[in-house]
Amino acid sequence: MGNGHAFTFAGERMVARPSGALHWPAAGLLVVSDLHLGKSERMARRGGSLLPPYEIVETLARLDADIAATDPAAVISLGDSFDDMDAAAALPQDVRDRLAATMAGRDWTWVTGNHDPAPTGLGGHAADGVTCGAVTFRHVATDDGRHEVSGHYHPKASLSVRGRAVSRPCFLRDDRRLILPAYGTYTGGLRTRDRALSQLMGAGARAILAGLPMVEIPMPR
Amino acid sequence: MTPPPALPPALAGFFTRRHWALHPHQVEMLDRKDAPSLLLIAPTGGGKTLAGFLPTLVELAEGDRPGLHTLYVSPLKALTNDIRRNLAIPIEEAGLAIRVEDRTGDTGQAQRKRQRADPPHILLTTPESLALMVSYPDAARTFAGLQRVVVDEIHALAESKRGDQLMLCLSRLQALAPGLRRVGLSATVDDPAVIAHYLARHPDPCPVLRADPGPPPDIAMLSTTEAPPWAGAGGRYAIPDVLEQVRRHRTTLIFHNTRAQAEIFFHHLWLANEDDLPIGIHHGALSREARLRVEQAMVDGRLRAIVATGSLDLGIDWGDVDLVIQIGAPKKVKNLVQRIGRANHRYNAPSKARLVPANRFEVVECLAALDATREGTLDGDLRLDGPRDVLCQHIACVACAGDFHEDDLFAEVRTVGPYSMLSRAAFDRCLDFVATGGYALRAYDRYQRLKERAPGIWGLRDPRAARQIRMNLGTIIDTDTLKVRFRGRGGMPLGQIEEGFAATLTPGDTFLMGGQVVRFESMREMTVEVSPNPSREPRIATFMGYKWSTSVQLAERIQQILHRGDFDRFPDHTREWLELQARFSRMPEPGRLLVETFPRDGRHHLCLYGFAGRNAHQTLALLVTRRMEEAGLDPLGFVATDYAVLIWGLRPVEDVAPLLAHDGIHAALDGWLNGNAVMKRTFRNAAIVAGLIDRNFPGKRSSGRQATFSSDILYDTLRRHDPDHLMLSITEEEAMRGHIDFGRVELLLDTVGDRIDQVALPRVSPLAAPLFLEMGRVPIKGAAEGRLIQEEAGRLMAEAGLTLD
Repeated sequence: MGNGHAFTFAGERMVARPSGALHWPAAGLLVVSDLHLGKSERMARRGGSLLPPYEIVETLARLDADIAATDPAAVISLGDSFDDMDAAAALPQDVRDRLAATMAGRDWTWVTGNHDPAPTGLGGHAADGVTCGAVTFRHVATDDGRHEVSGHYHPKASLSVRGRAVSRPCFLRDDRRLILPAYGTYTGGLRTRDRALSQLMGAGARAILAGLPMVEIPMPR
Repeated sequence: MTPPPALPPALAGFFTRRHWALHPHQVEMLDRKDAPSLLLIAPTGGGKTLAGFLPTLVELAEGDRPGLHTLYVSPLKALTNDIRRNLAIPIEEAGLAIRVEDRTGDTGQAQRKRQRADPPHILLTTPESLALMVSYPDAARTFAGLQRVVVDEIHALAESKRGDQLMLCLSRLQALAPGLRRVGLSATVDDPAVIAHYLARHPDPCPVLRADPGPPPDIAMLSTTEAPPWAGAGGRYAIPDVLEQVRRHRTTLIFHNTRAQAEIFFHHLWLANEDDLPIGIHHGALSREARLRVEQAMVDGRLRAIVATGSLDLGIDWGDVDLVIQIGAPKKVKNLVQRIGRANHRYNAPSKARLVPANRFEVVECLAALDATREGTLDGDLRLDGPRDVLCQHIACVACAGDFHEDDLFAEVRTVGPYSMLSRAAFDRCLDFVATGGYALRAYDRYQRLKERAPGIWGLRDPRAARQIRMNLGTIIDTDTLKVRFRGRGGMPLGQIEEGFAATLTPGDTFLMGGQVVRFESMREMTVEVSPNPSREPRIATFMGYKWSTSVQLAERIQQILHRGDFDRFPDHTREWLELQARFSRMPEPGRLLVETFPRDGRHHLCLYGFAGRNAHQTLALLVTRRMEEAGLDPLGFVATDYAVLIWGLRPVEDVAPLLAHDGIHAALDGWLNGNAVMKRTFRNAAIVAGLIDRNFPGKRSSGRQATFSSDILYDTLRRHDPDHLMLSITEEEAMRGHIDFGRVELLLDTVGDRIDQVALPRVSPLAAPLFLEMGRVPIKGAAEGRLIQEEAGRLMAEAGLTLD
């Protein structure tokens, strides 16, 4: 349990990791979504707040740790990997080097998202979606999705413990869909009670809270 | 009585027709109208507003001057409305050609623009609206001829960052209008020197003018049929006696220290109100509509009593209040004085107040507060610690108006009392933060907010940024609150609750809102929907009701009273309790620290009577338990009150002195502090004020909350990658004097030194016994929370009939 929360999706054993990454051991696959790399730079560029410019390093450090722990043959970054295309283009050289080292020797796919619609030119390959066995990976959940893994919504759930609210990013799952939490350091969350999420997810949906300890609860709506 | 001063004929005629005579302090204000700074201390109802405006009316009546003459700043929008109405009477009746307008958050866009181009003679505003006006490039023209500024309720402003922001803005105005004279109006008999220093341009002197305070107030403890409980804060035991007082008086104000207490008390007051006396409730978490309804009923004389909190502290003109009842100890003497000022608005009639201590300990505190009020000693310290987050915001605000020279701005800032000791290095760091974010990694050199155009000359890199800066001006940080409405009733709002509290509600839960019990139904967008619920025992709303700490001076008095041992002045129940303590153990003594140890329920207890206030005690407890942990003394938990802290553990503490050693406490606190929730909350507030986190974005509606991310993450990231960053040092500074109250812990340890009286007792002492009934026990943090989360998750899954795969 210490390294994640195992469950069955599309007949396969999957592991939700405390960081928000999804590990599919049998396929040798690690999936992360919504990295939003370069968010602080983008905000500064647009004349907004000058946020601490350390989030890329922070996010990549967590990704390195997950990769080291799971040693996946393939990695999917499930869209919105970069906060926008300029942010991807403006990545400093040391970050590019670091990313290249992380990617080396792995089958790496950048799934396109609404923030980063075009291929990134950072190695790996770009795709609108990936299918692996019965499971489809894409950025945004579709209405008729089946065995579909997506991101985009940044779901978070809260739980009341002795009168105190504990709120965490979460995985959402029902029979058809699995939605991943945002992996990036500077990413907000959308409450599971929000209509967008409660309409999307089926009646018996559950939320798996990221962070430690990992717990699974009925999706709060 | 007072010889009429040489008033211009039009005004003199007005006073004669109205048969009004000026109070002596009003005359003196007129005589000394040319003083650069002047502070007037006058009791409520003493005509202090007229005293403030009289010189303006005289000067404007004497000659036709175009442009802005006087700026009036008050902490409340409601006050500016009041004042405008009140000023209209003399101006219209004396036939003066004086234009008075107000400028608040409610003023329309067109009106604002016109006011900047063609200002009225007298402009009534709030600190936030003034900051906004200062941020426009035409500020120099708007304020060029400004003669006087009148700061109302300055005692209230001086307690918060709103006051710091205002004083910074005044330094700007003083540069634009060098002849500007400042007048401060304070209703409270505060420590005037503190306020005067705050108001004046440093190092100008600021004379203090005191109006006749009127006859001494009639204050006493309310005698109750039931003895106060050993612990607790609500004062419910006194409800029959309070109702009796309400019956006997025309209008009674019943004050509480927190909103939650006011709600609970009001609820039970209603249940006991068999005569159906008209009684209302008023506090800051109620909706504007609900508050206005109560205010109007009050003005119309339709209410016999009103249960209230601090929202009524300021000088809004109320009807005929003839009694003030304070429930719970007034934690600071000046709160008491101010509340008493509410009774009997007529000048020269004594005001009447009764105190209701909520527990036995507060009986002692009430008595100490009464002594202090009678003797006129009040508490207060000179403010020399102008917060740097406010300074950062001010720098950005000034930049919006146009380019500035750093030396000029620094010199200007140093004329502000609380910033008069600011070092150049500290100023430069703030400037660097506004310009580049102040990061060790020079990531934003290309995108910096301010650009150095020529050596020392700074301005906005992108003028369009001004809009965003203006939208985020202000120092009031709302906790995220959600509106509460009845479901399906056209949405009349009842008030607000904190988001954190709302998140703990599950459908069916009940809580108090506006004096009634309501049931939580659902959460919709950003609104909590409820239905009426007649049940009697609600869950309690945990409003942010601010908990005051007992002031240093009051705590000192309490210790003196306890030590002197003249308990005859106390009611029997309290006298017997204290006498028993004196026999069984010993009494706390000023300048010393009484520490009792005793076993109870198989645990060893340690009780420290620090009298340093709850916040400081909590910090002290964390410090002591940390050292106990290191010494292998197995602490299990603690509870802190304003007077004492009780710690329990598995082993006895033979010698408490090493646990209290002053050496190394900074280091000891450091590790604990950094991950603490209090620090994160403090960081969030400072980051918003300083402009690191924007609350408002131009043209952006808040769709869901997906766009925002937690400031906790920023805090953690900064700590890891840039531990010397300005925001972290501001956070620490704020926490030290606020929630952590580290200053007071140090003061305690310094004062006490090795004068520790440790008493080993066979069982709990009378003074320590009430602590066992206190709420808010803090367990020593361990893996406890994780276990609780797992339990709760298991319960939820079982309830929903789900199982883990």
